Amino acid sequence: MDTDLGLWAIPIAIIGGAIRVSTPFLFVSLGEVLTERSGRINLGLEGTLVFGAMSGYAVAYLTGSPWAGVLAAALAGSVLGLVHGLICSLPRVNDIAIGIAMMLLGMGLAFFFGKPYIQPVAPDLPSINFGWWSDLPQVQAALRVNVLFLIGIAAAIFMWWMFRATRIGLLIRVVGDSTDAARAMGLRPALIRTLATAAGGAFAGIGGAYLSLFYPGSWNEGISSGQGLMAVALVIFARWNPIACFWAALLFGGAGALGPALQSAGFSEGYYLFYAAPYVLTLGVLIATSSPTRAMHGAPGELSITK
Amino acid sequence: MTVKSTNPQGALGVETVGMTMRFGGFTALDHVSVGVAPGSFHALLGENGAGKSTLVKCMMGFYHASEGQLMVGGHEVEVPDPRAAHALGLGMVYQHFTLVPSLTAAENLVISRGDTPQVIDWRAESENLRAFMAKMPFSVPLDQPVRALAAGEKQKLEILKQLYLGRKFLILDEPTSVLTLEEADEVLGHVRSLCEAGQISVLMITHKFREVTAYADEVSVLRRGKLVGAGKVADLSHADMAAMMMGDQAPAAPADRAGQSGAPVLSVSGARALDRSGLKDVTIDALNVREREIVGIAGISGNGQMEFMEILTGQRPVKAGSIVVNGTSYHATREEARINCVRYLPEEPLHNACAPKMSVTENIAFRSFDMNGSGTRFWLSNSEMRCRAAELVEAFKVKTASLDSQMASLSGGNVQRAVLARELTGEVDLLIISNPCFGLDFSAVAEIRARIMDARNKGAAVLLMSEDLDEILELADRVLVMSEGRIAYECRADEADVATIGHHMGGHA
Repeated sequence: MDTDLGLWAIPIAIIGGAIRVSTPFLFVSLGEVLTERSGRINLGLEGTLVFGAMSGYAVAYLTGSPWAGVLAAALAGSVLGLVHGLICSLPRVNDIAIGIAMMLLGMGLAFFFGKPYIQPVAPDLPSINFGWWSDLPQVQAALRVNVLFLIGIAAAIFMWWMFRATRIGLLIRVVGDSTDAARAMGLRPALIRTLATAAGGAFAGIGGAYLSLFYPGSWNEGISSGQGLMAVALVIFARWNPIACFWAALLFGGAGALGPALQSAGFSEGYYLFYAAPYVLTLGVLIATSSPTRAMHGAPGELSITK
Repeated sequence: MTVKSTNPQGALGVETVGMTMRFGGFTALDHVSVGVAPGSFHALLGENGAGKSTLVKCMMGFYHASEGQLMVGGHEVEVPDPRAAHALGLGMVYQHFTLVPSLTAAENLVISRGDTPQVIDWRAESENLRAFMAKMPFSVPLDQPVRALAAGEKQKLEILKQLYLGRKFLILDEPTSVLTLEEADEVLGHVRSLCEAGQISVLMITHKFREVTAYADEVSVLRRGKLVGAGKVADLSHADMAAMMMGDQAPAAPADRAGQSGAPVLSVSGARALDRSGLKDVTIDALNVREREIVGIAGISGNGQMEFMEILTGQRPVKAGSIVVNGTSYHATREEARINCVRYLPEEPLHNACAPKMSVTENIAFRSFDMNGSGTRFWLSNSEMRCRAAELVEAFKVKTASLDSQMASLSGGNVQRAVLARELTGEVDLLIISNPCFGLDFSAVAEIRARIMDARNKGAAVLLMSEDLDEILELADRVLVMSEGRIAYECRADEADVATIGHHMGGHA
C-alpha cells in the first residue's frame, strides 16, 4: 500500500491539526465569551489555562482517571475565576489590571505546585477514531478526535441557545449591556458578573486539562504558547458569538497547523513564515469585516477599558 | 385628603403622607402629601429641581424618605427597594431609557417580566407579544435591537413595557417629550382610557400644560420641595398653573423675529446616505437655508432626521450629492466648521457633542482650546479655558457641582445648556440643531428658544429638526416635513396648517 500522498498530505494534516489544536482555543474562548457577555474582561485566562493544565494532570496522575483530572481543572479554573470576579466587584477596580495580575498568579502557582508532576506520566483522555473507514494512516491520524472536542462543540451550541432562549442567558446579556437597566430590573450586576467569570474560568481550566492530558499530553512549564491570550482576541474576532467561536477556533487551529504541515510535506524553506498564519489571518479578517459606519455588532455595552 | 383604597378592576390608589426627604442639610422634599385616587390621571407639575423626581423616587423605593408614609390601596406600606414597589403594582417610566440596547424589543419585554421561565419558548412568547401589541394603540418593531430604535420609539416601548408587566399604578416621567403631537395624543389618549376603564392610575410628571388640561383629572404643583398647589384640572387655567409653578419669576418671552432672510448659507442637493438599518437610503434632494432664517424640519422620529443630522455633522458618509456652505463644498471637518462658523446641537448631546468623562471646562473649550486669536497654539492655556468656562456656565445657567465635574455627571438639561453655551458663543453663520428642548422644563425651554431666535436675528442661518411641532411652528420661518427618508412637504410657517403637516408626517401624501 502506497502511503505517500504527495500534496494531499497538506490539507489532511491541516484538518487534523485544526481539530487537535483548536480545542483549548475553543474552551478558553467560550469561557471568555461568557465572561465578556456579562460585562467583564478576564485577561487572566492564560493563567487559568496553565493552572488547569497542572491541576488536571496532577489529579489524573494521582487518581488514575483522566476525567477526574478534567473535573479538577474545571474546579481550579472556577476558583481562579471567582477570585477575579470578587476582586472586580469592589468599587474602582479595573478588570484588565486584575486580569493581568491573575494571569501571573495562575502561572506562578502552577509552576510552584507542578514541579513534582513533570516526571510522572498521567493517563490520556480517550479519543474516538472517526477515520476507521480509511486505510490511510494519515487520514486515521487526522480524524482521531478527542472527546473534549466534541464536548466543546456541544457546549458552543448550548451556549448559543442559552443566550437566546433561557432566562439566565438573557440576564447575562442584560447585565453585560447596561448596568442601569439591570439595576432598574432589580438585578445584582456584580453577583451575576462574578458567577459568569467563575463559570468562564471553569471553561478555561478544562482547556488547560486538554493540553496536559491529550495534546501535547504532558505537563511542563512551557505547555501553553499563549493560547489563553489569543483566545481573548478570538472572542472579538467571533463577535461574542459562541458558534462563531467554534469556527474561529478551528480557523486558528488550522492556520497554526499550516507551518508544520508544509514542513512535513517536504518544504524546507519559508515555512516559518506560515507559523505566523493565524495572526495574519486574524488581522485580515478583522479589517475585512470592520466598518466605520456600523457599530461593532454584538459588543456588550458595559465592556470598557476605562472603568 | 383621603383616598379610596382600590376599585374592582384593579387600579391602585396611592398616597404620600407628609413625605420629607433630606440630603444632609438640604431639604429636597418638605412634607409633601399627594393623593392619586384609583383610576385617576394625576399630573405633577414643577420646574427642574422642584422635587418631583425625589418624590417619585421615594415612592418607588430608590430613596428612603426621612419622614412620611406611603399608602398603597389604603394601607401603609414599606418600600425598601424598587422590587418591593413593583410587587405592589407600582411601575415607572423613567426619563432615561432603561431598555437594554443590544436586546431586541421582544427580549426586553420578556426579560423584564419577573416570572420569565428558565427556558423561553420563543414561538409562544412571540405569539403572546403579537396578541398584546394588537390591543395597543401603537406598536414598535419587536425583532429589532433597541439600539436601532429612535428616541420616540424607545419611549413608546418603555410605556408598552409597563403595560405589558400589568402594573396598576404608573409613574410617567415626562413621557411625551420625544413624541410628536399626534403620537403624544395617541399615547396619552390610550393611557387615559385605561384610567377610565379603572385598570390603572397614573401620576405623570410633565411640563406641558396642554397635556395636563387635555388628559389629567387632578394636578399637584411642587416648587422648591414644597407642595404649593393642588386641585381639579377643570378648575384651573394655564395661567393659574404657571403662577403656582413659577412663583413670582416671569418666564422669558420668545424674542421677536427681526429682519429679512438673505442669501443661502447652506445648500444641500441630492445628498444620499444609507439609513441606520443599512437597507434604505435617506435622500435630501434640495434644501436651502438662508441667512436670518430658521428652517424647521418636522417629522415623526425615525423618518431619517437622525441620519440627515449625521450627514451634516460628518458622522455618516454621503454616497452622492453635495453640501455647500457659504459657496464652498462642505465635508464637516473641524477646519471647515471653524472657517464657515458652523455650529451644532445634535440629538443626545452627551454622546454626540461631548466627551462624557472629560470635565465641563474641557467640553466647553472644544471649539477653541487650540486657538490663540486667529492662529493656533501648542500649549493649552488652562487659566483661559477655566475663565471662559466660568463665564459661559454663569451666562447659560449651567448647574454643575464644579467646573471640573465630569460632563456625564450633569443632568440632561444642563448638558444641553453647556453644549449650547459652547456652540452659540462667538460668530455663528450656520446653526444646525436637533430637538434642542428635549426633556427641559418650562422656563429653560423658553430661554433656549429665545437664544435660537436671537442667533437668527443676528444673521445666522438655522436648521432646526424637532419632533415637537409646536416648537417648529413657534420658531421657524419655513417648515419642511420629513417622511420616509425624504422631504415630503414644504410651506411657509405663517401659512402652515397643522392638519396638512400632520398628514404629511404620517406619510399619507
